[in-house]
Order: sequence, then structure tokens, then C-alpha cells
Amino acid sequence: MAVTDTQPTPPPGIAAPAALAKRGRLRWLVVAIPYVWMLLLFLVPFFIVVKISFSTTAIALPPYTPVFDLSGGLSGIWDSVKEFTFDNYVFLTEDSLYWRSYLTSLRIAFVSTVLILIVAYPIAYGMARARKEWRPSLLMLVILPFWTSFLIRVYAWIGILKQEGLLNQFLLWLGVIDKPLVIMSTDWAVYIGIVYSYLPFMILPLYAALEKMDETLLEAAADLGCPPIQAFWKITFPLSLPGVVAGCFLVFIPVVGEFVIPDLLGGSNTIMIGRTLWNEFFNNRDWPVASAVAVILLLILVIPIVYFQNQQQKEAEKAR
Amino acid sequence: MAAKAIGPVRRSFAPWNDPNAKPFIEFRNVTKTFGDFTAVDDLSLGIYEREFFALLGPSGCGKTTLMRMVAGFEEPTRGHVLLDGQDLVGIPPYRRPTNMMFQSYALFPHMSVWENIAFGLKQDGMPKADIVARVDEMLTLVKLEQFAKRKPHQLSGGQRQRVALARSLAKKPKVLLLDEPLGALDKKLREETQFELTDLQMRLGMTFLIVTHDQEEAMTVADRIAVMDRGKIIQIATPAEIYEQPNSRYVADFIGDINLLEGRLSSVGAGGAKLECVGTGATVDVAQDVSARVGDQAWFAIRPEKVTISLTPPADPNVNAVSGEVWDIGYLGDVSIYHVRLATGATVKSTITNTTRLVERPITWEDKVWLSWTRDGGVVLTR
Repeated sequence: MAVTDTQPTPPPGIAAPAALAKRGRLRWLVVAIPYVWMLLLFLVPFFIVVKISFSTTAIALPPYTPVFDLSGGLSGIWDSVKEFTFDNYVFLTEDSLYWRSYLTSLRIAFVSTVLILIVAYPIAYGMARARKEWRPSLLMLVILPFWTSFLIRVYAWIGILKQEGLLNQFLLWLGVIDKPLVIMSTDWAVYIGIVYSYLPFMILPLYAALEKMDETLLEAAADLGCPPIQAFWKITFPLSLPGVVAGCFLVFIPVVGEFVIPDLLGGSNTIMIGRTLWNEFFNNRDWPVASAVAVILLLILVIPIVYFQNQQQKEAEKAR
Repeated sequence: MAAKAIGPVRRSFAPWNDPNAKPFIEFRNVTKTFGDFTAVDDLSLGIYEREFFALLGPSGCGKTTLMRMVAGFEEPTRGHVLLDGQDLVGIPPYRRPTNMMFQSYALFPHMSVWENIAFGLKQDGMPKADIVARVDEMLTLVKLEQFAKRKPHQLSGGQRQRVALARSLAKKPKVLLLDEPLGALDKKLREETQFELTDLQMRLGMTFLIVTHDQEEAMTVADRIAVMDRGKIIQIATPAEIYEQPNSRYVADFIGDINLLEGRLSSVGAGGAKLECVGTGATVDVAQDVSARVGDQAWFAIRPEKVTISLTPPADPNVNAVSGEVWDIGYLGDVSIYHVRLATGATVKSTITNTTRLVERPITWEDKVWLSWTRDGGVVLTR
């Protein structure tokens, strides 16, 4: 910072410019670390994927052309860029497999998110209204499944849901059904798996929102003539909305790209985009098309979220 | 403001002295226990219509529990709470004709000031035009017209307090319950608001029940005060009676500053009593009918401002007088408090109003002084 002689000396009690500048630099360092991390481990790989999506398949190593050849200098890179093509993106629109996969993924993610919200809300509510000394234990129980591998837990569901699995045996023993239900390899199995696996991601933000709510607000509502059920919809639910939104994002986004659960529990006709992506990469070894699929998936998710957050910001500013 | 018209009305307002008056709110042998803890202990109390009644006591004395039983947030373990002749026990809070102003204000953070005030009216299914009119009326009442669209977090503490007041008044409740309504305000604003509250209560002609631990607040706003301790009412009286004629050491000590001196009664009778006071080492003569026996333990209680301090013995032989030495002086600007150490070792406080801008005190540290008070300056307490 350049201090010219026209600037008045700061009054005592205000840090000198040099000290301020030092503090400023430190602050930037702290802010920079996560950004550098994101740059190296997210943004750079993402641009590599974008670049591959503009390439053409080739029987080579890596299996696409052009490959940037840095020895050719800037002109060499420019030559490579000139070979870029939109063909992969055009191809995605030509084969119905792709947009069907996208739609299936979005549908399953949407239905799952709604189901998870319905299951998670009462749990989070019960936890937030439980006695204070119980809450840490209840929270622990929600987090407990994370201590076992996700893959093992999904495999366990196969054991439960299959023809001769635990669930069917139990229902047969009860006499509720005469012959085993077919649950495995259907959308039902996928929904069960997703709801089970992603439940904690919804419960935690909901709990956080509900727990900090002032309970005298409900007393105030009752005092003004509002019975408890109405008070829930007029006070509790609107105040928990930030938690609902956070939970829905935390669930919806990863579920759209979910691969393991539909692959292990779903049938051959539940084709979500994650599986399509896997097939392109590992079965067809068509990296450029696979990359294009990944880029489109990202856009489908990012554009609505950015739009939503913009709207939220505008509303918050309007209220000010 | 119709302040002029209020004075005489207020002075003559004393339904508690009228044997034919019926209490508007009535607690009948109410007991409330939480586990082993007895919050309210077999308490009976009548509050009259249009009265501004204060429940005063330290935290944990049961005053808030008592109020919450009127609102319906607590049900009595035993006994009855009646409002306008109707037993409230078993009626949920959302069906009671009472409204409460909460200590934390409990404004709905996701609603604007307007929506907060309209909440209770909408709940009653009032027609929209009437709601608009009523909310506007309330906003004018608390002088917040231009803040209708703001959210609670965009208001100052004092403004929030007024929104809470407007919201609780909007439904014209039979009783307005105020739970430490001014606790979160700073001293100046609190004093202003106290007078606004009394003025409002007079104008609206409503029954107000306030809970507070601040004796000054209770004295300022209330027609009558109930001083509570450990779930029981110790004394119910007007602020002046509570201050001048406390019925026990607890009340005397809780309200204001007081000198308490232990002794034994040496004579009781119509129009006067004598107390052999250990603290002063002298006989204290009081103009009071004491309902106790000679020889009983008792305490002489006198407010510091009723004790006169002088450098010479008082001329009038009928006043009580003791001598001592100035031990400490507390200068508070408007008054000075003299701590006088007596020969017995007891300390008696005397307050002097600083009527002149003194440069040098006429009485100062280590001066030998005389303390004196008239026969009706203090009271004898037997419990």
C-alpha cells in the first residue's frame, strides 16, 4: 500500500496501514487454500473432461485425438484445438438412450428426494424436540451407518430384498403373502436403497434448522389462537425451510449421478445416467461421448441451482 | 393523550376495598408442582377488572408459573383458575381469551411486522377489511406505521417490544399478560415505556397482569402488587402500602432500601408500642398497634430517607434519637447515603436529598452525628 503525503495519519487506536496490509495478506492466504484445492482437484480435471468431450475416439492410448502436444508450442496446441468437434454432443441428441437415461435419473432423484424428505422430517423433528441430554446419542445413531462401508450396506440390501431374502421370508412367515414378492431388480429396490443410503444427509440439515428454533414461538402462536397442527404449517415448517432446501440439494444432486445403488439393486431396465456413463467409459471405451455425457449432467444440475440461489439472493435483498 | 382526565379516575380506583366487587381473575387454592419442586403452593388470589396487577418476586418464586396458568401453558396440579367466572382449567391456550406478551417477544421471524400483528386476527377468521383496519389501528397505537413491512430482525429492541405489545393487544384480550415485558430494554427506554404502559392500560380500560422481578417497575406501573416468595404470596397491597407498611422483613427488604434492627417488645397497646432494640442500644417508640405480646422478638424497620441526620441532638424530646459516627458516604448525585456506625456496632443508613449544589459537605466522614426519626417514621415487624 502506497502512503502518499496527502493522506492524513490515522488517529490513534486505528491500525497503521502496514499492519492492516499484513492482516489482509494473511486473510487472503486463508481464503486461497480451499480455492487452490478446488482449482487443482475439481476445475482442472473438469476442463480435461470438457476437452475430451470435444475430441474424437481413436484406437490409441489415450483412446482419443487430438492429444495436446506441448512440444509443438502454442501453434501445436492451436492445431489441436482446430480438430475439436461438437459431434459427441450431437450424438447425445440422436440416440434416445441418453436423454432417456437423463430423464430416468432426474425422475428417480426427484421421487427419492420427496420420499426421503417425508421420512426424514419426523425423525429430525423428534430429535430436535427430544430431551437435551438425549440429542447427542440420537445424532450418533443417525451417523452410525457411515462407520460401515457404503458398498457393504448396499450389498446387505440384496440379502434382504431378494426372492428368498429376509424380507420375503418374514412376510411369508407372517402369512401376509403366499408367494415371494419380486422387489430385487425393480425400481422399488432402487428407491429403498436410495432412501436408506441418503437419509442422514436429509436428517442432519433438517435437525440443525429445527433444533435452533425458539419453542416460545409455538407458545406465541397458540396464545394467538393457533392450534398445534396449524402452528406446524405456519411457524415450524416455514422456519425449517433453509434445512429442507439444504437437505434436498444434498440428496438430489448425488442421487442423479448415483451408480452403485441402481447397478446393484436395480434391473436392466432401470438405466440411470451413472450407469450409461460407466458403460461408455468401460464397455465401449468411448471416452469423448462419456465426457460429453458427464458435462451435460453437470450443466443440468448447475444451471437450475445457480438460478435458484440467484432468486433467493434477490428475495433476501428485497426484504432488506 | 388524556393524561389529565386519568388522574382522578385512577385515584378513586380501588375495587379490592369494595366487598361487593367480584374478582375478574381468580386463583382458588392453586398448587403447581414440577416433580419434587413446588412452584406454586396453595395460593388464592383475586384480580379485578381494569386493574394493573403486578406479580413481583425473585426468580423461581412461582410468579411466571402463575401467569402461565392463566395463559394455559401450564395446568394447575390442584385448584382452579377462573376468568370472568369461567373455569379455565382444561381449556387449551389457543381457546383462551387471554393474550401474552413474551419476555423474548417471540415475534415470528419469517413474518413482517404487519403479518405478526395480523396473525391472531387471521386465526379468528376476521374479515380481511377488518383485519387491515385493526392492524393499522395497532400500528398507530405503538407508533410503528412506517415499519409495517419490516421483518423483526430489521427492528431495534424497543421497536420489537412495541410490535410484541401491538400483537398481544390486537385481539382485544380480556386479560393482557406481560412476562417481564421491559427486561430487554435499557434503563432510559424502560422508564419511558413504563409510563407508556400505564397510560395505555388506562386508555384501553383493559386488565393487565405483569410479572417482574424489578420492584421499581412494579411500583411504577401497578395498581396493586403481590410480593411472592417460594410459591406463596407474602403481601398484596398498593405500591405505597407495600413500601410504607410492609408486613414482613421479606417484603421490607425486597422493596427498596431499609434499615432492619432486631429487638424485643417491651410494651404494646392501642396507638403505640416500645421495642428494646439491640441494634441501636435504645428503646424505640413507634405509633403502631402491634399484634404481638410483650417479650416477643420483633424488628424495627425504617427507610433511610425517614432518618434525619444532624450534628446536634434533636430538640423535640418525642422523637427517637441515637448517636453515632459517619462511617461512609455514598454520593449518588440526587441523594447522598450516609452510613452511620452506632456505639453498638450496628450501621444505620440515612438518605439526604441534595437540594443545593454542595461544594463542601456540612456533615462528613468521622463526624459525630445524631440520627433521629418520628414515632410514625418506621414500623415494627413481627415476622
